[in-house]
Amino acid sequence: MTASSAIRSLPGLAALAAGLMGLAIVLALLVAPEDADQGVSQRIFYIHVPIALTAYFCFGLGAWKALLLLWRGEERYDLESYVAIHQGTIFGSLTLITGSIWAKASWGHWWLWSEDQLVLFLVLFLFYCAYFMLRFSLEEGPRRARSSAVYALFGVVLIPVSFLAIRLAEGLIHPTVFTREGPQMSSSMFATFCVSWVAVTLLAYVLYRVELVGKRLDADLRELREALR
Amino acid sequence: MTYLADVAALARKDLKVELRARDTLPAMVLFVLSTLVIFHFALPADTGEDAAYGLLWVAIVFTALLGLARAWVPEHEHGVLDGLVLAPCDRSAIWLGKTLATLAFLLAAQVVALPAFALFFAPLSATALVAVVLVDIGICAVGSLLAAMAAAGRARELLLPLMLLPLAIPLVVGGVGAAISPEGERYLLLLALYDGVFAVLSWASFEYVVTE
Repeated sequence: MTASSAIRSLPGLAALAAGLMGLAIVLALLVAPEDADQGVSQRIFYIHVPIALTAYFCFGLGAWKALLLLWRGEERYDLESYVAIHQGTIFGSLTLITGSIWAKASWGHWWLWSEDQLVLFLVLFLFYCAYFMLRFSLEEGPRRARSSAVYALFGVVLIPVSFLAIRLAEGLIHPTVFTREGPQMSSSMFATFCVSWVAVTLLAYVLYRVELVGKRLDADLRELREALR
Repeated sequence: MTYLADVAALARKDLKVELRARDTLPAMVLFVLSTLVIFHFALPADTGEDAAYGLLWVAIVFTALLGLARAWVPEHEHGVLDGLVLAPCDRSAIWLGKTLATLAFLLAAQVVALPAFALFFAPLSATALVAVVLVDIGICAVGSLLAAMAAAGRARELLLPLMLLPLAIPLVVGGVGAAISPEGERYLLLLALYDGVFAVLSWASFEYVVTE
């Protein structure tokens, strides 16, 4: 696929993502049955969990591209890794916000240190914010690309290690563990969840592509301007 | 064997520079002692020992940060890093040498700080001492790589804490757990796992961050 045909396919993909998002919202609010325990607040699950999974996916993609950069040394992976992590940070902050709202509705607190996922996301969010600080502080060039890539790789290793640490600490600091009701979902709930998941993933993919195209155009433009000078 | 000889030579160079200039170690010792005094006033009088144990790890992490922030400054100021990168030795030896030298400074600072902590606040168990060593290893291993990255940047003093603190969270969890939990050994395992994983990762990736 050439670059221009890739750009041409973008509006279609974006429309598809928007349509699916709309469908997911309708399904989540109107079609899926109400949760017996949590009532209407449980419906945020259909948005919150897909966003969280997408954020993890974006961080994973960023690290994968970073690994490819270190391995093959092709310059384009640097931008791809950066854009993926940028999207991951956006979806990560959405996860924190929706997670807080859900926690407030379900348990009456905006923030719970005993919620592994919330704490893990906070750690990751801080970690990847520093990624941008690192990137913008270094001179543009192969060294910046490789330093950012190494840092991004540290992130995916940090995820399981912090998860383990947070799990261990939970029993120590918070002896009461919130037991969520079992994930026995009815088939319509599960279908809604799947549609939302696909919709959010596609949305993230479209955003990733749009940002990538924009950044590449930006770089091309800068090159042309240098050449004309 | 030449690899280890290179590492030893590089670490010895750092120790020798420090012995002559005395830039870092006195600052670290003074810093950690002042921090402990600050903690005494920051903690309300009737807080238990657990709170003091928690703050010990804060003091250790920040002291390590102080040492790490200085770690590559001599190399940076005199352009030594370019020479080291060009030298006919494995690049990861540079990282290992720096890690060992920083670890030596940190342990030396703690030879003063830990008895002071025991005197001011609460005694330390053997598990806690092992945890201190494991945390030191982990933070120096990751920190000397990140400090090398940060040294190339514009805001290097600012950058290092921002990058290192999120990575140090599992270390703090492990350290606090080892000091106050009755099953401290589980936390030692976590710390050992962290050290192993991140040391290998830093060792393998150092070459990428110093070469142009």
